[in-house]
Amino acid sequence: MLTTRRVDAYHALTVVAPGIAERFRPGHFVTVAVGGPDTSMPARRAFAVHDVKPDYGGTVELVFAVRGRGTAWLAERRARDTLDIVGPLGRPFPVPRDPVGCVLAGGEYGSASLFALADTLQQRGCRVDFVLGAASADRVFGALRARRMGETTTLTTEDGSLGLRGRVTDALPAVIADARADVIYACGPMAMLRGVTAVAAEFDIPVQVSVEEAMACGYGVCMTCVLPVIDDDGVTRMVRACVEGPVFRGERVRFEDVGTIPFDALGAPGGRAQEGGAHTRNVG
Amino acid sequence: MRTPGMSVDMRTYLAHVELANPITTAAGCAGSGAELAQFFDVSRLGAVVTRSITMAPRAGRPTPRLAETPSGLLTAVGLQGPGVDAFLAAELPRLAERGARAVVSIAGGSVAEYTALARRLADAPGVTAVEVNLSCPNVADLGRVFARDPAASAEVVAAVRATMRYDVPVVAKLAPDAADIVAVARACVDGGADALALINTPLGMAIDVDTMRPALAAGTGGLSGPAVRPLAVRCLWQVHAALPGVPLVGMGGVSTGRDALELVLAGACAVAVGTALFHDPYAGLRVLRELEDLLKERGFERFADAVGLAHRPPGAAPRHRTDLEESPL
Repeated sequence: MLTTRRVDAYHALTVVAPGIAERFRPGHFVTVAVGGPDTSMPARRAFAVHDVKPDYGGTVELVFAVRGRGTAWLAERRARDTLDIVGPLGRPFPVPRDPVGCVLAGGEYGSASLFALADTLQQRGCRVDFVLGAASADRVFGALRARRMGETTTLTTEDGSLGLRGRVTDALPAVIADARADVIYACGPMAMLRGVTAVAAEFDIPVQVSVEEAMACGYGVCMTCVLPVIDDDGVTRMVRACVEGPVFRGERVRFEDVGTIPFDALGAPGGRAQEGGAHTRNVG
Repeated sequence: MRTPGMSVDMRTYLAHVELANPITTAAGCAGSGAELAQFFDVSRLGAVVTRSITMAPRAGRPTPRLAETPSGLLTAVGLQGPGVDAFLAAELPRLAERGARAVVSIAGGSVAEYTALARRLADAPGVTAVEVNLSCPNVADLGRVFARDPAASAEVVAAVRATMRYDVPVVAKLAPDAADIVAVARACVDGGADALALINTPLGMAIDVDTMRPALAAGTGGLSGPAVRPLAVRCLWQVHAALPGVPLVGMGGVSTGRDALELVLAGACAVAVGTALFHDPYAGLRVLRELEDLLKERGFERFADAVGLAHRPPGAAPRHRTDLEESPL
């Protein structure tokens, strides 16, 4: 580990991890073991990658909020401590072949994963406009950097302490219209992603969302981070945010059913798929 | 005398099937096998135990499925899986291609469903053993899990044993929250189980004091991780003492070689690593290396000599030091 710094309400850690930096693409995430060698916390913590730099063979910067014992432990790490990190994980943001207009929408520290994406998009000649929001000014992450990188940057806070009073989704339609955007990328809380996807549907433009789900491993074995997503064949499957995601096409995610097993999902209790099997309805 | 630095013979037997080493994955903790194969060669494990396969695809439980507790995880995944057809078409052949020995875990809601699963597996190539997950609600018994009822457990095991090919061992997986685990173990062996696996996760619960609601959508979940290891040691100890000739696969909170050795000394001839794989994808191979080093440090030449060693009477010499050729007798 190299440096640690406070950024408003968040913590940023820079870690020397050449293997991760080399293979990183925007949208990837990492998981970190917390609590040291004799930890009482068996679940790894997942973090989006804010930045990757070539210094020291390759560094990775993570941004997070202290929300429990694990992140509190991580916030106390200092330079030269070592960390157990696995990554890069997940399916990264797909990027367009052609130079198109992109609106990047970020909620809370979700905006952290948008800057590497903006960089890649701009290298391909894409126009990038930012809409970043949070509950209050100190929780809007990366406003300065967005202003520097974006064609335009719109900030929203629910308490009105920075930018427009309201939510990202309130400001989004005007930004899309002004920028004549062709595609939206979004990262943030599930409610925000749901709203952004609805706005994208109104404008009939594609939207890629990066979801945040509670998980223990990040590499597909714990099966806890699932959400209902409509597959290419039109069938809803409970897919893992860590392996099949975290980036999905927004319109494929059944946001209103997150936290449930939709009755028409493959293998849902009492659903069509299970009636073929013998007596499976009430199994464990 | 043994040469210092010589490697320990780590081979072990699951009934009559030889495994190159005693470390396996625990059911439901290694995905399809492909996820861990990104990190290491899964054929280096003694065996890969699959998630519990059901007849039909299962979507599992709603989220949240996970809550972290002190040194433990509460999970309620609800046996999410592809169903036996997709498993046989895609997952099992991939495990075989990777050279892994596959122990297939099966789960059902009735004796008929377990039997149907066994029938599907009986003709499938690449099944090293079948593990019967008995911690499933029995539809015919108002949803009481099989593993709490010796007679129901024995009935399932007997049906699977009668259906599987004779040369494929049937392993009964027991739950620690049975009233009398020795009674269930004995019933399973009488029903034809070639080996027993213990422990499955005991049922636990956590309540989020901020939302003042259960932390898991399902309410209750299976508790795993280092928190349950003493429970595993106790169950292995009791069952090995009662049934010393029955091979036991031990699991429950193993994350180091020392943990594995503790289960081995209690009576396990193979040890599964489960929740530790969520924390460290390399945990299986690390536990194997650490276990081998610990045995070497303690002068063992063969892993098999350590199995159940804690049961020897106080004052008795460890069995592995008996060297008949040099004995004055």
